[in-house]
Parts: sequence; C-alpha cells; structure tokens
Amino acid sequence: MPSPCPPVDLLRTWVVRQAGDQAAWFEEGLARLAAGAVERELHIVLGLAPRRLGKADLALDEADLAAADAVYAGWNPSGWSVDGAARVAALLAHHGNRPFAEMFKDLRRTADVAELVALYRGLPLYPEPEALAFEVGEGLRSNMRAVFEAICHHNPYPRDQFDEHRWNHMVLKALFVETTLAPIVGLDERANPELARILRDYAHERWAAGRPVSPELWRCVGPFATDAAALDDLDRALGGASVEAAAAALALHASPSPDAAGFLAARSDLAARIAAGTLTWHTLPEAED
Amino acid sequence: MMLIDPHAHMISRTTDDYEAMAAAGIVALIEPAFWVGQPRTFVGTYVDYLSTIVGWERFRAGQFGIRHYCTIGLNSKEANNEELAEGVMEWLPRFALKEGVVAIGEIGYDEQTELEDRYFRQQLTLARELELPVMIHTPHRDKKRGTSRSMDVCDEMGMDPSWVVIDHNNEETVAETLQRGYWAGFSIYPSTKMGNRRMVEILKQYGAERIIVDSACDWGISDALGVAKTAKLALESGVPAETVHRVCYAHALEVYGKSGQMKESDWLEPAAIDQRTLFEGNSILRGGREPRIELPDERRSQSLYID
Repeated sequence: MPSPCPPVDLLRTWVVRQAGDQAAWFEEGLARLAAGAVERELHIVLGLAPRRLGKADLALDEADLAAADAVYAGWNPSGWSVDGAARVAALLAHHGNRPFAEMFKDLRRTADVAELVALYRGLPLYPEPEALAFEVGEGLRSNMRAVFEAICHHNPYPRDQFDEHRWNHMVLKALFVETTLAPIVGLDERANPELARILRDYAHERWAAGRPVSPELWRCVGPFATDAAALDDLDRALGGASVEAAAAALALHASPSPDAAGFLAARSDLAARIAAGTLTWHTLPEAED
Repeated sequence: MMLIDPHAHMISRTTDDYEAMAAAGIVALIEPAFWVGQPRTFVGTYVDYLSTIVGWERFRAGQFGIRHYCTIGLNSKEANNEELAEGVMEWLPRFALKEGVVAIGEIGYDEQTELEDRYFRQQLTLARELELPVMIHTPHRDKKRGTSRSMDVCDEMGMDPSWVVIDHNNEETVAETLQRGYWAGFSIYPSTKMGNRRMVEILKQYGAERIIVDSACDWGISDALGVAKTAKLALESGVPAETVHRVCYAHALEVYGKSGQMKESDWLEPAAIDQRTLFEGNSILRGGREPRIELPDERRSQSLYID
C-alpha cells in the first residue's frame, strides 16, 4: 500500500481542524499506529475518539468534498462525524500483523452503534475491499437503520463491489426500511432488469396491502419498462399523488418503449417540466404540490 | 416530570413496554449486564449479549425516544462457571469503554461462593482502572449478610462509596448502606424485591439522600413502569416533588454521570449525528403530551385493527 495514503491525510486534516486542544493527542495516536503499535493501541484510540474529539458533524466545504471525490470517485463524507472520521483515519493509519479483514471482523463484533456506522462508512477506503464481503453482508442484514445506511448511502463500495444479487437486495431493503434511494451511489448505473422486476412485484404487494409505494421505486424501473404490464404499472403511478405522478413521469420518460410517450402525454405538464429540466430525480422531493 | 429507570433489562421486554415507559415520562434508562434467565454455556454467547446491549438495544430504545445506557460486567451467577468466567473477563475491557457504558455491573454475590468473590474483586479493580462507577447486585438469599459483605469488599478494595450503587435494598439493608456512604438502589419488583407502597414509606422515613429507585424489570414477572408508578404514588402520598425528582431522576444521573457517558443534554439537546442515527426524540420533551401511566393491555384492547 502506498504511504502516506491520501484518504488518511484528508481525514487527518479534517479532524485536526475541529479537534481544538485534542489535535496533538489525535496526531500522536495516528503516528504511533502508523509506526506499528499493537492492536490494543488501536482499540484505545477508537474507544477514546468520541470522548476526546466529541461527536460534532464534520464541517466540510465544496473543496473538501471535491478532494474526497478525487481520492475515490463517489466517496462523499458529508454527514460524517468528527469521531467517525478519526476512527476511520486510525484504521487506515494502523499497520498490524493480521490481514485487514480479520482485524475488521474483530472490531465489528464488539462495536457500538457509532462505531459500526464509522466502520462501514470507511469501506471504500480500506485495503483489499473484496475480502470484506462477509462483513458487509453482516452490516446489510443489520436492523439498525443507521448501520445499513452507512453502507447504502453516499458510499461507492456497493457500486464497485456488490454482485447483482446483493445490489438488488440492498435497494429493496432500502425501500423496506423506508430510507431514501437517492443517496445510493451508482443507483442508475447499476439498475438492471431483475431489479426492475423485483421492484414491480414489491409495488404490487404494497398496492394489494393498501400501503403507499415509494415514488423513488420507479427510478429503477423506468429504463426497463418495455412491456405492457410494466407500462401499466407506471400509468397507475402516474394517476397517484403529486410526487408519485412526477416519479412515474420521469420513469416513463426513461422507458425505451415507443409506447411510453403515449402514457406520458396524459400529463403534458409533467412532460414539459422534464423537457425543461426542472423536474429530475434530484428535484423530485420538491415535486409536492 | 422526567424520569430515569437506572436498572431495566430491556433485552427481555417488548416494544409495548418501551411505548408505555416513554408515555410515563422515562427519558433514559440503564440496562445492566446480567444473566438472561438461564446460564450461557459459551463465551461467544456472552460476547454477543454484550454487543447487543451496547448496540442493538440502544438503537431499539432510541426509536421510542428513550436514551439507553448500559453497564458491563460478569454477573455473580455466571461467575460460578470458571471456564466461561475466565473467557468473559478477557472481553470485558473491550466493552467497558464503549459509548453509553456508564458503569461496571451488575456484579457482586449470588450464593457468596469463592468464585463469585474472585470475579467481584477483579471487576472492582477494573472499574477503578477505567474510572467507572459500579452497580452492585445484592443477593436474594442471605441478603443482609451478603449486602454487608459486598460493602466490606468495596471498602477493602479502596472503592469510593460515592461511585458505588448498592442495588436491591430493602428495609433490612437500607440503614447500613446509607450509613456507610453508598448509594442505595431499590428495585420496585413485585413479590421478590421491593413494593412501591413500602418504597413510599422508606422515602418518608429516610428522605431522598442517596436513594435511587429502579424497576429491575426483566424476563420475570416484573413491571417496566416500576419507577413511574412509584413516582406517582409518592407524589399522591405527600412525598415532596423535590424528593421524587431526586430519587427517580437526579441521583441516577449524578452517580452514573461520573462515567462521562450520561448527560442531561443527551436527551434535551442530542447531537445532530445522534438525532439522525440513534435517537428519534421524545414526544414528552417535544411538548407532545402529558406523561401518563397506561398498560399495554389497555391500549391493545382499545383497537381491534392491526394495520
């Protein structure tokens, strides 16, 4: 691994900026870990991080976010906390005797909620990312929404590492736990016909139960809405409330079917806003009347 | 009135209990590590249990607007399985400094065996090293002697009594506990421990000083509203509101707050990161409604529909 590793430098800079009189403690800790300190020292740094540094949100500006994206395309640390960033920096700085994945497993087994969130947010930055597949599965299966979101949101690891099955089940679970799809990195890129089928089946289940369907669901359906049944589903959503109708319109717009335009014509107002670029998946949450 | 239940084994309780506790004014609670009704036979199951109370249970409580804290320890019953105990002792330091861990506990005696004594002492040493308060479980059988002995050992080990809660007191043990400078916990637990009418009499006799009320609700027949019902009964019986506030809120915060892991601002002004991940807010703190004591059965029977 190249040293010094760029992500650890970025994280160090951000943490130190907010660390006040604890900056020296943090930097000395990183230095000791980099110099080959035993794992117990790592546990101590990880444990003391929130006590020493607090739990404030990391204050990042546009330049910081751009630097993060340059280090790893799609890595978006907005929403990270100071202690979380410090913990990931400590993990990256540490050079232990065991393979990274083994050490990670050990930390995950004893982690509290905030530690789990930090461990999983750091996924794109770790060495040998493919060796963490099992660990990531454990996080995805978590019922703690924040832990699931640490993997699912603002994190390019799933886009780059998940096979189609795991990707599809992550998106489906995101809908199940009622979190948003928009922050999933690679949502459009990784959309696939099997996911579109799963999501349409899910929409039918929700309709049958008389429960609302998340408008975002249609985003992963549109590009694969090629047959009459799929277009009928979108047509049904088009008749729904404002956000749902707007989402259906966007999905119809993305459909490769020549028949899609005919359905969309029923809502020429929405079609016009799509053409003008004022209605997109990014502006969808504001589509409420 | 905001209330704290400083002894509640929520891992054994349902969401109905969380709802009822939140409605009754509980803003924070402490889940002491204990046994789970039957012995664990693998170190790994104990480790996963500790992981549950520092993680999953904390999250679960947050969904109901209740801040969850815990204590970490090897309990007296399972201390008698030496192989298990040795394994668990190795893991304890890894858990004792997790976020929201407010004490080493509940530790102490069950049958007052040599093994119980050995691990009790080792854990008191750990608490001193880590600068954590201690929650002590006093035995059900040979209680008076066991309670005295627990404090003898604490004194011998150089513990500061103001950092130690002697829990499950009763009329027979309270005078000595208070006289020796320890915090006196009372568990409002039907049939086996303390009843709330008796508790009110103790408050009238001893006042508030260093007294703490908890429910100790667990997998047995117990009441998650033990603290709330005691507070209500005490107020109705003419115990001053200030006394009730101290024994049902302030004292627990004072002693377990020494850990640095429990602050009033945790529930009054939670950090942004916690609001997004861990704590959905308390409807009483948001001014949503008056605290009320209601039973799950009453609420269940009011609605035929399950949507």
